[in-house]
Amino acid sequence: MYDIIIIGAGPAGLTSAIYARRAMKKVLVLEKLSYGGQIINTLSIENYPASPNISGFDFATRLYNQAKDLGAEVKFEEVLKIGDGDIKKVVTSKNTYEAKSIILATGSQNRKLGLENEDSFISKGISYCATCDGAFYKGKDVAVVGGGNTALEDALYLSDIVNTVYLIHRRDEFRGEEASVNKLKLKENVKFIFNSNVTKLIGKDKLEKAEITTNNGDKSTILIDGLFIAIGRIPFNDSFKDIVNIDQNGYIIATEDCHTNIPGIFVAGDVRSKEVRQLVTAASDGAIAATEAIKFINNE
Amino acid sequence: MQIVEVDKNNFKEEVIDSKIPVLADFNADWCGPCRMLRPVLDEIASEHDDFKIVSINIDDEDELAREYFVSSIPCLVLFKNGEETSRSVGLRPKSEIENMLGGE
Ligand SMILES: Cc1cc2nc3c(=O)[nH]c(=O)nc-3n(C[C@H](O)[C@H](O)[C@H](O)COP(=O)(O)OP(=O)(O)OC[C@H]3O[C@@H](n4cnc5c(N)ncnc54)[C@H](O)[C@@H]3O)c2cc1C
Repeated sequence: MYDIIIIGAGPAGLTSAIYARRAMKKVLVLEKLSYGGQIINTLSIENYPASPNISGFDFATRLYNQAKDLGAEVKFEEVLKIGDGDIKKVVTSKNTYEAKSIILATGSQNRKLGLENEDSFISKGISYCATCDGAFYKGKDVAVVGGGNTALEDALYLSDIVNTVYLIHRRDEFRGEEASVNKLKLKENVKFIFNSNVTKLIGKDKLEKAEITTNNGDKSTILIDGLFIAIGRIPFNDSFKDIVNIDQNGYIIATEDCHTNIPGIFVAGDVRSKEVRQLVTAASDGAIAATEAIKFINNE
Repeated sequence: MQIVEVDKNNFKEEVIDSKIPVLADFNADWCGPCRMLRPVLDEIASEHDDFKIVSINIDDEDELAREYFVSSIPCLVLFKNGEETSRSVGLRPKSEIENMLGGE
């Protein structure tokens, strides 16, 4: 029986493990793929306090070793189901474990356009994170796909860095905030492409062009070095959505204290309903969720 | 068995002419998921003698990468008797890679 089982070995989960181990709790971290979560995909992190210019791989590895050195147990098994009760059950692809409390830290993944060669252009023109990768496109021409706040913010952010930003949206009105739309309209280097979808990615070793098809079926091609896809994220909630409350986008509902609707089940990081999904907020959630879990266990 | 570093000079000997199946790991230093995969492959390699795992750096060996149409990494290609029999792109858990090797 563990004190705390943490699901997901990304920045949120591993930070929880550090806090829980420093309080001498018996901790198991379950991870389906590899430690580190999404951040291993980025070449350089520039906005984590006191650690400018660290690679995603190095960040993840240091965090992982820190948690391991403090005595956190980590197993590479996918969690399929959790069960509520005084003793909580966690069912994985290989075993069933028991714990006094659970921290859900499964993160989220990018929604893809679903184009045939999309994956092959990742890090060669295709990006799902403008604030992470925008700087690599200084002075170049790029496009942003999407119509929500993320797409608008990405386009605004990029417009200060790159030469031209095409903003491609499948409707003629944005879902995102009007204030951002108005700001974008004042930018001379932002060009709107409405009622259109990206239908083909073209390039040899890296992305060079994208084919755009209007809702009427007219095709055209734009020359771009980068395509930023901002059509939403998909939280990993499959294994728990029957137990904890989720919002309309699938995020697990909790306020800053990281409590879900179930006593003893906490949520941390990108999978939580919140505004800012970054490393520093994932780490923050991790610390809070662990502290709340420790309080919960000590009061039992 | 340890992972063998392969370039275009020893590719034929190590991969094409191999008597046992070969899992070729196409990777690059700048690729985070590739670096994550490496220790998993090291572990699998050390547990098996019935096949071998080779590592190919696509920045140094762009000819090989092109020849085998590798355009996204990490990319694992399984060779049997010099022929590709399956491939998998992206970071995968150990169990899936073992299935790939044990399958067929
Ligand atoms: C390319 C890229 C660049 C980025 N750059 C920056 C940056 O520069 N600065 C910044 O602050 N943020 C950046 N971010 C955002 C940052 O990576 C995330 O906010 C952060 O990783 C969230 O951490 P997390 O632990 O909540 O989730 P994740 O990192 O998503 O980790 C969740 C983990 O849970 C695992 N998991 C999911 N489901 C299960 C299950 N059922 N069983 C077991 N394990 C499971 C996943 O495999 C994953 O390892 C970037 C993101 C991307 C994609």
